[in-house]
Amino acid sequence: MVFPASPSNVHLAKENARSQSMAGRRLIRSLVLVLICLAIATVVSLWVGYQPLDLSLLRQDEIARVIFFRLRLPRVILAGILGASLGLVGACLQAFFRNPLAAPFTLGVSGGGTLGAGLAIALGWGASVSGVPLVSLAAFAGSVTAMLVVYRLSRIGNMAMPGTLLLAGVVVNLIASAGVTLIQYISDSTRALQILRWIIGTIDIVGFDPIWRMLPFLIPGWVVLMLIARDLHLMAMGEESAASLGVNVLRCERLVYAASSLVVGVVVAEGAHIAFVGLIIPHAVRMLFGEDVRLVVPCSFFMGAVFLMLADAVARTAGGLPVGAVTALIGGITFLGLLRRQRRFSAI
Amino acid sequence: MVENSTSKTVIQAGVDVLIEAQSLYFDYEVDGFSISDVSLKLKRGTLAALIGANGSGKSTLIRLLAGLLSPVAGQIWLKGQPLELIPRIRRAQSLAYVPQINPMIFPFTALEVVLTGRTPYTSFFGFENQSDIEKAMEALATVGGTHLAQRRVTELSGGERQLVAFARALAQEPECLLLDEPSAALDLKHRARLVRTLQHLRDKEGMTALMVTHDLQLLDPGFDQVFAISHGSVVAQGTPRRVLTDCVLSQVYDDPHIRARRLEGRTFVWSGI
Repeated sequence: MVFPASPSNVHLAKENARSQSMAGRRLIRSLVLVLICLAIATVVSLWVGYQPLDLSLLRQDEIARVIFFRLRLPRVILAGILGASLGLVGACLQAFFRNPLAAPFTLGVSGGGTLGAGLAIALGWGASVSGVPLVSLAAFAGSVTAMLVVYRLSRIGNMAMPGTLLLAGVVVNLIASAGVTLIQYISDSTRALQILRWIIGTIDIVGFDPIWRMLPFLIPGWVVLMLIARDLHLMAMGEESAASLGVNVLRCERLVYAASSLVVGVVVAEGAHIAFVGLIIPHAVRMLFGEDVRLVVPCSFFMGAVFLMLADAVARTAGGLPVGAVTALIGGITFLGLLRRQRRFSAI
Repeated sequence: MVENSTSKTVIQAGVDVLIEAQSLYFDYEVDGFSISDVSLKLKRGTLAALIGANGSGKSTLIRLLAGLLSPVAGQIWLKGQPLELIPRIRRAQSLAYVPQINPMIFPFTALEVVLTGRTPYTSFFGFENQSDIEKAMEALATVGGTHLAQRRVTELSGGERQLVAFARALAQEPECLLLDEPSAALDLKHRARLVRTLQHLRDKEGMTALMVTHDLQLLDPGFDQVFAISHGSVVAQGTPRRVLTDCVLSQVYDDPHIRARRLEGRTFVWSGI
């Protein structure tokens, strides 16, 4: 009888090992590819708009320069930041919950944020606290609350229940949207319209101030999520085995929750109720670059930026459509396609 | 047993007991303890089995020993050190746990899964290198799963997933394997192969293993020690021949119809219907 670990088998194993490409090298290769995409997307979305970019006009005309540097450039950058944030959070949540349908939107976080913002608009809280509008703060509080509620509901004892998680997310979304409808119904028509515009999701920005305001909150969130990518890679294969491989599951969980509520809260607070980026970008990245979470997380960050920049470019060229409608349309159709492909996943 | 051990063991020859548990208690926030007053010693280079009825606390006990659960009371020592004080990475280098179920949602390749067993040895930002891949492929070869390397784990059968999980634990190069029903979904051939692999690792590397199992036919001959657990307490322990008796098993499984007989140097166990 040939023993399992006979020398010839080990030799064969070494032969096989040589033909495997290493994850580290794959990461570098895919990051290069993704950054090229990002560069192209940046150029394209700076180029198109109500009027295509005219370089000679930009050099001579003061107004053209103002429009470019105060309107178009910040808007493109903001779209990139928002898309990157949503893609990153989506990739992390999907790995952490071992659920390909987990995303800021499906977990009710965006819904909670919208309810918070709607409430603030209806109450006429136009004030700012140290430069941050109250509406943004309310949206942030709403996101965090929704996240906490969904989390508590989906956790029985020591175990996260992936099925309950999505169900709780859907229910929180429904409650939040019912709440928003109710607020709209009660409040006067101007405010109702304001809320509606907020829900649809637009990227309106003048100058760089809002971006500077967001970054101190976003960057720590981004860094935390990027740093725990390795733990998430292990978590994606099962909580128990991750724990036995040295992952501090409780700490990982807290970091994922804190960082993603922070990032999504800021995104929603910026008035961007943008659906599906967090859901479809990680899927697209996995289809392109494989399942390794240490690779999916950073690539989703950049691909999210690429996607939202291009979606916003489409929205702007099509006469100022709300970008939320564009992503929901593209995202919704892609999502249906994903549902058809669900045989790829053994369970939900 | 000790004579066969490699240098790894000789260095710490003073520490004969690898894992020691004293008066462990644990409960899942339901009435009564699911583990109550369990004490056991696992010597280095021992192949031990943990048997008991469904819901008797076998999986809970092995999770406690793996450090995945913290006891309500009592203490576990790994090589003489309190388990909870050992840094997670160091613990992962000594203890490998093979879970009972391996839910796989994302279509990782089997090799990617086995490679995660190398995590305790890579730096925080480091990816696996060529030698890690070689070790992972070796581990797959040891369990007889070389052909699975590039297969998607979502497409594998339950038994094949158990092999992959076992290979991951081997890639961890631990001193002790804690296996929760690793043979449950395996066919007859692979069950025997699993035990042979464990015996081989014991003889060659001084590996210690504790395996939860319902497969009583595997125990004698094959295992050095059997712990029988009933209602959260260890009710019998000793060599397989001493534990696998009508009297002990009837008590452990609370079934008076259980019979154990020796035939051709092995013990057969069945329950009359």
